[in-house]
Amino acid sequence: MHHNGVEDEEKWLAAGITGLQQNAFFMHRALDSNNLKDALKYSAQMLSELRTSRLSPQKYYELYMRAFDELRKLEIFFKEETKRGCSIVELYELVQHAGNILPRLYLLCTVGSVYIKSKEAPAKDILKDLVEMCRGIQHPLRGLFLRSYLSQVSRDKLPDLGSEYEGDAETVSDAVEFVLQNFTEMNKLWVRMQHQGPAREKEKREKERSELRDLVGKNLHVLSQIEGVDLDMYRETVLTRVLEQVVNCKDEIAQCYLMDCIIQVFPDEYHLQTLETLLGAFPQLQPSVDIKTVLSRLMDRLSNYAASSAEVLPEFFQVEAFVKLSNAIGKVIEAQDDMPVIGVVTLYSSLLTFTLQVHPDRLDFVDQILGACVTKLSGKGKLEDSKSRKQVVALLSAPLQKYNDIDIALKLSNYPHVMEYLDNGTKKEMASVIIQSIMKNKTLISNSEKVEALFELIKGLIKDLEGNLQSELDEEDFHEEQNSVARLIQMLHNDDPEEMLKIICTVKKHILAGGPKRLPFTVPPLIFNALKLIRRLQNRDENVAEEDTPATPKKIFQILNQIIEALSSVPVPEVAMRLYLQCAEAADDSDLEPVAYEFFTQAYLLYEEEISDSKAQVTAIHLIIGTLQRMHVFGVENRDTLTHKATGYSAKLLKKPDQCRAVYACSHLFWVDDQDSIKDGERVLLCLKRALRIANAAQQMANATRGSGGSVTLFIEILNKYLYFFEKGVTQITVASVQSLIELITNEMQGENATPDPTADAFFASTLRFIQFQKDKGGAVGEKYEAIKV
Amino acid sequence: MVLVLALGDLHIPHRAPDLPAKFKSMLVPGKIQHIICTGNLCIKEVHDYLKTICPDLHITRGEYDEETRYPETKTLTIGQFKLGICHGHQVIPWGDLDSLAMLQRQLDVDILVTGHTHQFTAYKHEAGVVINPGSATGAYSSITYDVNPSFVLMDIDGLRVVVYVYELIDGEVKVDKIDFKKTTASANSAH
Repeated sequence: MHHNGVEDEEKWLAAGITGLQQNAFFMHRALDSNNLKDALKYSAQMLSELRTSRLSPQKYYELYMRAFDELRKLEIFFKEETKRGCSIVELYELVQHAGNILPRLYLLCTVGSVYIKSKEAPAKDILKDLVEMCRGIQHPLRGLFLRSYLSQVSRDKLPDLGSEYEGDAETVSDAVEFVLQNFTEMNKLWVRMQHQGPAREKEKREKERSELRDLVGKNLHVLSQIEGVDLDMYRETVLTRVLEQVVNCKDEIAQCYLMDCIIQVFPDEYHLQTLETLLGAFPQLQPSVDIKTVLSRLMDRLSNYAASSAEVLPEFFQVEAFVKLSNAIGKVIEAQDDMPVIGVVTLYSSLLTFTLQVHPDRLDFVDQILGACVTKLSGKGKLEDSKSRKQVVALLSAPLQKYNDIDIALKLSNYPHVMEYLDNGTKKEMASVIIQSIMKNKTLISNSEKVEALFELIKGLIKDLEGNLQSELDEEDFHEEQNSVARLIQMLHNDDPEEMLKIICTVKKHILAGGPKRLPFTVPPLIFNALKLIRRLQNRDENVAEEDTPATPKKIFQILNQIIEALSSVPVPEVAMRLYLQCAEAADDSDLEPVAYEFFTQAYLLYEEEISDSKAQVTAIHLIIGTLQRMHVFGVENRDTLTHKATGYSAKLLKKPDQCRAVYACSHLFWVDDQDSIKDGERVLLCLKRALRIANAAQQMANATRGSGGSVTLFIEILNKYLYFFEKGVTQITVASVQSLIELITNEMQGENATPDPTADAFFASTLRFIQFQKDKGGAVGEKYEAIKV
Repeated sequence: MVLVLALGDLHIPHRAPDLPAKFKSMLVPGKIQHIICTGNLCIKEVHDYLKTICPDLHITRGEYDEETRYPETKTLTIGQFKLGICHGHQVIPWGDLDSLAMLQRQLDVDILVTGHTHQFTAYKHEAGVVINPGSATGAYSSITYDVNPSFVLMDIDGLRVVVYVYELIDGEVKVDKIDFKKTTASANSAH
C-alpha cells in the first residue's frame, strides 16, 4: 500500500490512536470489574491497531508506546488474577485463542512475563518458547517492534549470574542464547526491509532502516550488561555468533552499524583479547562498508584505553596489538583498491595515534606507518583536496606533538617522503608547524646532518619551489614566515667549533638559494651566529694549532665575506654595510689587520656607491666613525687612510648641521683613551675648528635665507666637545679657546637677531652648571676648570 | 609609585630568537605604567608584544630597527623626573659616559636611558643619572663580551627613583637596586 503523504500518515496515526484508546477504555472497565474474558477481548482489539502497514517507523513507534503503557496495566491485572486463583499455565493457554497472531503474541509475551516471575516453570523454557513463537511475524516493522517488546519485558528476568532466576538447570548460557536468538531474528527482519518495495524508494527505506537500528543494537547492549558474560564466554560464544550473523547477512547498513556497535558496547579489554577475531571479520564484510571509519574508531578507543592507565600497556604488548592492527589495515587497503586517499591517510593517522600512545619508544613502528602511507600515496601525484591535505598535516604533526623534540622527527626516514606529496602551499604550512614546534620546545639543533635534514623538510620556506608563484603570500605573512626562519637559525648550535662551522656552511648553502626576497631576512642571523662562533674561538686560540683545524677565525671570515656579498643581489646596501662593520670589529678582536681592512673597504665602497639617502648617510657615518674609533689593530697607514676617508664623508653630508656633528665626532678618531699612539691633539683641534666653521656657515645661511639667526645649539655642542678634550688634557685645547667660545655663544644668544630658543638656553645653562660642578670638585679637576669664567 | 620598564637591544630575530622565558613570565600586563625602549627590537612583532605589556610605549630608533620612523631621541616627564631616551649609536665614542652626559645636558633631563653597548650601567653624576638597561635577550655585541640578558625597572616616587636591574645569570634571575634622589622639585636641577 502506498503512503500518499505525511498528511495521510497523520490521519492514520490519529485513527489508530483513537481506536487504541477506545479499546483501552473498555479494557480498563473490564480490569476494574475483574472480567478476564472482556479484558482479553478488548486488549486483543486494542492490539490490532498494531497490525497496520500504513505507518512509518516514527509513527508506528508512537502507537507502540501507547500500547506498551496499556499492556503494563494488563500485566498487573494478570498478576493479580493468578493471586485470585487463576492458573498461570491456563492463562498462558487462554491468550493464544486471540484471533489474530500479532495481538496473540503481544499478550503471550505479557503473560510470559508474569509466568517467569511466578517461577512455576524454568525461565529458560518460557523464554525459548516466546522467542520462537515470535517467528510467526515475518513483517519487518511489526516483527522488530514485537521482538523489541519481548526484549523489554524479559530484560530483568534473565537467568543471569546471581539473579533469582538462576538455577542448576539454567544458567547464563541460556540467557545468552535467548538474547542471541532474538538478535539474530531481529537482524534478519531488519535486513529484509532493504529489499521490500520498489527500487526508486530505496533511499526512503534506508532512512527508515536507520531509524530502527537501535532496536537491533539494543540486544548487543543487553548482552554487554549480562553479568555472567566474562571474557571466555564473550570470546567463545557471544562474539563468534554475533560476527557470524553480521558477516552472513551481507547487508552494508547492518554490517557498518553493528561492527561499530560491538566496538562501542563491549569493554576495551575484551577487544584487545579478541583482536584477531574482530579484525578477521573486516575483510569479509561487503566492499561498500565504510571500514576505515569503523577501524579508526576502534583504534581511537584502544588509544584512549592505553592512555587511561599505564598498567594496561602490557596487555597491548602481550596480544601484539600493533602487528595485528597494522596487518588488518594493510589487508583492507589492499582489498579496497579504489579507496580514496583521505581514507588511507585517516586509517594510518589513527594507527599512528595508537602507536604513539602504546609504543612511543618504537620509532621503527612510527616510521613503518609513514612508509606504508608513502607506498599507498605513490603514483598518485600531489594531493588535490584540502581534506586529505589537512589529514596529512595532522599525521605529520602528531610525532612533533608527542615527542616535543625535532630530533626524533628527523630520525624518521619516511617523514620527508610523506611531505613530498603535499602541494607547495601545504608544504610551507607544515614547515611552519615544524619551526613552531622547535621554538616552543627550545630545542637546539646540534649537528650539520640534522640541519641538512631539517632544511630539506622546510625547503618551502627557504626557497621558491617549482611551479610556485612568489605572489601567493601577502607581504606581512611573508615577513612573518621569513622571521620565523631567522629565529630558527638562532637555534642551531654546537659547542664544538668544527661541527658549528659545518652547521654554518650547511645553512649558507641553503639560504643562498633563497633568492633576493629572502636574503635580507636570513643572512643577518647567520652572520651573527657565526660571529658568536668566532668569539668562542678567540678564547681558545692559544692552545690550538692553526693548520690542523678548519675552524679558524680567518677561514670563517672568508665565508662571511661571501655570504654578505650575496646581499648585493637584493640589494640592501645599508644592511650589508652594517654587517661588514660588525665583521670588521670582530676581525679587530682577532688581530687580523688585513681582514679588518678589507671589511672596512667593502663598507666604505657601499657608502660611496649605494647609500644616497641623506638620513641613511647620517646613520652610516655614525656607525663608521663609531666602529673606526674602537679599532686598535690598524697600523698608522691604514688607520690614516680610513680616518681621512671618514672625515671626508662627514664634511660632505648634505645638511650643514649633520656635517658639523659628524666632523666633531671625527675628533674622537684622533684621541683614544686606551691607546697612547692615538693621541693627536693637533688633529683633534683641527676637527673642532672645522666644525666651528661649518656651524658659522650654517648660521650665516640661516640669516640669509630666513632673515634671523639660526640655532646656537651647534656651538653649544662644540663647546661641550672642547670641554671634553680640555678635561682629558689635550694641550691644544686652551682655556682661552674655551672662554672665547663661551663668549661667542653668549653674544649670539643676546644679539638682536637672536630668536628665542628655550632648548638651547637650557642646554647652555646646564653646560655652565657642569663647568661649575667641575670647579666645585676641587683637586686636579677643580684646578683645571678654575680659569674658566662663567 | 610609578613603574617604568626600561629595556632594549633585543635584536629579535637577527641575534636572538626570543626573550628569555623567565623574563617573559615576569613581564605581566597591567603592572607597569610606562615602557622606555632604547631601540633595536627589531621587528614589529616585538613592538606589538611590548604594547601588550603596557600601551604607553616610548621607543627610539636603533640602527637595525625595521621601523625607520622611530625618533632619534625622545623626552618625557614622569612625576618629578624628566627622562630622555636615545639608542646611543649616535653618541661617539660608544658607551663613553662623558659624551653621554653631554647628550643629557642637551636634552636637559634628569635621567638619560641609552643602549647600544648591551652592558648594564647606572652612572650617577652631579646633574643626574645615565642608565643603560643592557640587552633584554643577551644578544651578541661587538662592544661587550659575555652579555647576560638584563632589563631595568624604575620605581618613581616623588623626588626619589629606585632603579632595579634584573639580570639572567646562569639561568637564575638576579636583582640589584640603586637609589637616586633629586634635591628639589624644579625641573632644571638635580643635586
